[in-house]
Amino acid sequence: MSTVRMPPILRQAVGGAREVDASGGTVREILDDLTGRFPAIRSHLLDDGGDLNRFVNVYVNNEDVRLGRGLDTTVGPDSTIIVLPAMAGGGSPA
Amino acid sequence: MVIPAAVRDEIVAHARAGLPNEACGILAGADGRVERFFPAEPDEPSPYYYRIESRDQIRIMNEIDDAGLDLVGIYHSHTSSPAFPSRTDAEQAFWPDAVYVIVSLAGPEADVRGYRIRDMEVTEEELITA
Repeated sequence: MSTVRMPPILRQAVGGAREVDASGGTVREILDDLTGRFPAIRSHLLDDGGDLNRFVNVYVNNEDVRLGRGLDTTVGPDSTIIVLPAMAGGGSPA
Repeated sequence: MVIPAAVRDEIVAHARAGLPNEACGILAGADGRVERFFPAEPDEPSPYYYRIESRDQIRIMNEIDDAGLDLVGIYHSHTSSPAFPSRTDAEQAFWPDAVYVIVSLAGPEADVRGYRIRDMEVTEEELITA
C-alpha cells in the first residue's frame, strides 16, 4: 500500500481524510484504485481519455510524474504520492 | 485575512519586478493571518496567464509544511486588468480554502485584493493590512 496525500478540494470526496492508502505498482494503478473507490474524484484526476488531468500535478517522492514517465511511473510500498491541483489563472488585456 | 504591511509591500515589489509578465506566489500563515510570502516561478511567463511551475509548487508546499504553517493564499498579478478574478481565474481555481490575492498593476498605484473562489462563485475577502 502507498499513501496518497489529497488536496483540500478532494478531501470531502474521500471522507475528509488528508491521506488515503491505495494499492498499485504504478501511478495509473494507484489512481485506478482510488477512482474505483471514490468515483467523485475521477474527473479531477483524469481526463476523458484516461490521461492525467492537465490541471493536476501528481508527485511520487516529490518528483512531478509528468516530467518523467507520467502515469507509468513506478510506485513502491514506501512511496509518498502527492496530488496538487494547479495554481493558475490570469488577467486579460486591459 | 490579515496581511502584514511588509509582506504586502514584498508582494507588490515582486509583481512589479515580474513585468511585463504576470508574477505569482504562495502565501503561508495560520488562523487567517499571512506570515510568509513564497515567490514562485511561472511555468511559461506570460502577460495574461500564470501557472506555478510544478517543481516550485511542491518545493514551496513542503517548505510550508516543514514550517508548521498552512497554505492561506495564492497570489498573482494582473498586468493591465483590474484586481478582480477573470473568467480564467475562476475556471482554474482549484483551492477553495485559499484566498486568491490579485495585485493589479493597471493603475499608477498597485491595487491588492483578495477573493475566495468556489465553483466559479467569487466572494471578496477583505485584506486587512496590519
